[in-house]
Amino acid sequence: MKVRVHITLKPGVLDPQGAAVRRSLDSLGFDGIEKVRQGKLIELDLKETDVLKATAQVEKMCEKLLANTVIENYLVEIL
Amino acid sequence: MRAAVIQFPGSNCDRDMAVALDKVSDNNKQTQMIWHKESGLPHGLDIIAIPGGFSFGDYLRCGAIAARSPIMNAVVDFAKKGGYVLGVCNGFQVLTESGLLPGALMRNSDLKFICKNIKLRVETTSSYFTSAYTNGEIINVPIAHHDGNYNADQKTLDILNNDDRIAFRYINNPNGSMDDIAGILSENRRVLGMMPHPERLNDPLLGGIDGNRLFESITTSLFSA
Repeated sequence: MKVRVHITLKPGVLDPQGAAVRRSLDSLGFDGIEKVRQGKLIELDLKETDVLKATAQVEKMCEKLLANTVIENYLVEIL
Repeated sequence: MRAAVIQFPGSNCDRDMAVALDKVSDNNKQTQMIWHKESGLPHGLDIIAIPGGFSFGDYLRCGAIAARSPIMNAVVDFAKKGGYVLGVCNGFQVLTESGLLPGALMRNSDLKFICKNIKLRVETTSSYFTSAYTNGEIINVPIAHHDGNYNADQKTLDILNNDDRIAFRYINNPNGSMDDIAGILSENRRVLGMMPHPERLNDPLLGGIDGNRLFESITTSLFSA
């Protein structure tokens, strides 16, 4: 089973990289950008075939390693 | 003093740290180097240092993979039993990632790797690591990091401030850290994490000795109690 994990900074946590990307887009002439936030995408291939079990397993991975829950949120997407 | 330095793949301040610890130890008790794949610590250690560097290439997040190394379970146990742990630079990142210290270290606000000498203010002398300084003293210490931007929620910052757990603040904040925080203490004040490198400024040949008193504080705390 293929799983995608989206890791994003929590609202309110400053994102200097997102801000730099935004400035660069501005300078390229892309108008109307209100905000840019940068995150991570992690793709996993699992042997597990049960969606609920896979979700639970990946959520555990997020809590233990993939995300730093002090500053980041995660979203598990089963493909 | 029986000291140990943990080595991860990519640690690069491990030997400097050992030299700094040796300098304040008895001659016959050399600092031990411990590889991250070990699962246990030698008996009778007084202090464990987690050195600077780029453990595991800073993959995923700085310090994230090192914090899940086999040896870190033993380090966390050691700290929870009241052991002394010092984490410098990448070591500070490992300590926050392992949950021994609160908050997180994010990319510097100007996105640049900063390598220079900076001024720090000693915010508390009431700790096992800072007792040889004077309160409010300004010291020179080098920094060399890309991710030293200390971040924590307001509740955590309030606790750190109210409990006198901020050990050092930057005079001219180089990296965007909240409240100018450069180093913090654990609740029992026996774990210190800091981005600046005291081990790099402990001999006149290195340009100064302001870092040395941090290590002297440790031996004083350990052996005068």
